[in-house]
Amino acid sequence: MTPEQARDAIEGALRKIAPDADLATVSPDADLRDALGLDSLDFLGFVEDLSQRAGRRIDEDDYPQLTTLASSIKFLSRS
Amino acid sequence: MPSLGADMDEGTLTEWLVKPGDEVHKGDIIAVIDTAKSAIEVESFHTGTVDRLIVPVGETVPVGTVLATITLPEAEAVTTAAAQPVTVAAEPVTVAAEPVTVAAEPVPTAAKGEAPPKVTGEQPSEAASPLIRRLARRLGVDLTAVRGTGGAGEITQADVRRAAAAPPPAPAPAPVTGEKPGVAARQPVTPLARRLAAELGVDLTAVPGTGPGGAVREGDVRRAAAARQPTAPAAPLPQQAPERAAKTDAERALAMRQAIGRLMARSKREIPHFYLSNTVDLNTAMNWLHERNRELPVSGRLVPAALLLKATALALRQVPELNGYWQDDHFNPGDGIHLGVAISLRGGGLATPAIHAADGLTLDELMASLKDLVTRARAGRLRRAELTEATITVTNLGDQGVEAVFGVIYPPQVALVGVGRVAERPFATAGLIGARPVVVTTLSADHRATDGFTGARFLTTMADLLQRPEDL
Repeated sequence: MTPEQARDAIEGALRKIAPDADLATVSPDADLRDALGLDSLDFLGFVEDLSQRAGRRIDEDDYPQLTTLASSIKFLSRS
Repeated sequence: MPSLGADMDEGTLTEWLVKPGDEVHKGDIIAVIDTAKSAIEVESFHTGTVDRLIVPVGETVPVGTVLATITLPEAEAVTTAAAQPVTVAAEPVTVAAEPVTVAAEPVPTAAKGEAPPKVTGEQPSEAASPLIRRLARRLGVDLTAVRGTGGAGEITQADVRRAAAAPPPAPAPAPVTGEKPGVAARQPVTPLARRLAAELGVDLTAVPGTGPGGAVREGDVRRAAAARQPTAPAAPLPQQAPERAAKTDAERALAMRQAIGRLMARSKREIPHFYLSNTVDLNTAMNWLHERNRELPVSGRLVPAALLLKATALALRQVPELNGYWQDDHFNPGDGIHLGVAISLRGGGLATPAIHAADGLTLDELMASLKDLVTRARAGRLRRAELTEATITVTNLGDQGVEAVFGVIYPPQVALVGVGRVAERPFATAGLIGARPVVVTTLSADHRATDGFTGARFLTTMADLLQRPEDL
């Protein structure tokens, strides 16, 4: 995945979980759970949707790499 | 207007799902009511024919107001949903004691031949316990179509689950008046979209949702309104509420704050709380969870909250003194273990809908219920039974990063369980200190109903259960 595709996938998944969130105001290095007020169920939904969009499996061990927008893009565009 | 929780004084009728002349069964969803907290689906307490809808859509009326009259088969008109405001506290028990039959006896056909109700021969609900009926209701299973495999043809939980897993054999025995528009609108709808639809006169049942889980959002409604050009008028709307006094978000937030405020003040005024806490080693549980989740797709994974809820429910089986209500100076045990789960709402405030008979659910079922409740609570679409039948409340602030929460009891319940964050801490076991995931569980309990000894037994039982996650 290119970083641009990764960003699209991540933003798409986040919009689905938190439809009212203004992603433009979220800093790339902000903790997504804090910035968007996601709880563990929201986060699970985010991972589920993201793994579909990205067409790849995301394991629990990968969760720490999905902490921020920047780290998530890096994670998805690495493979 | 039924009382949908001890903190409710009034409600706004937002939607009628029936009209005069409709046959209704006890348990059918007949109306949607908006409270300070959320939109709630209300079922009929009787089987009969709708006689008159008294309260129009859009009107706000106090608890106890007659909403509609239903003519019973014996032609004895009764008022529906008329709970007295004074007995609000007693409400959960009364309601729970009145199990809702999923499908009562088939209605004699009044319409001309089309869609005769399915007659299944067996006398259904008698052979099903309240627990079974509740399970059936939750899973949307028609008990009349379930063959019992228990003793004397009794329907067992396994029968119901099997029926739920199988594809529906036929449309549920429909009331003879045919389809009820609006009932199909069970897809989640955001509160904003609901208000907008009311203002624009858009039929939500015809709006495809683009939000999470097919939720209908503001944009969907606007699109539907724009698309609805001067073509022939669509099917007559069952509920047209063009000039419904739409509450602004600020008014709604204020109303919710006030409702919570009144209830919490009452709790602290009346209930002598005591508090206990326990630090639980979750090393085994978290490893087990991690191993289990590793093999599963994301949709099948569990969150720690599911384990903690199940442990709470099972511990209550062993310490039932904490599961129920304090009413009229004595303790009334709950009719099952119905965990009220505190769910924070996006716009502020919270709702505490119940997961029914949580001790009998598998972890997967519990997880599914939890996801479903959170989604519906936030979409503003909860059911009456979910808001009135909790026998204890669990609040989990772990995701908010706090270590422990000592909550305020939701009257007339007698206990509230608090769960903090699962975090790595230095923890000594067998003389060695290691870094282990631990969680602080707390109990707020009503000293009128119980004592510290009982409360302690509950928390330690819960901790023991969490050491054997495979048995949860």
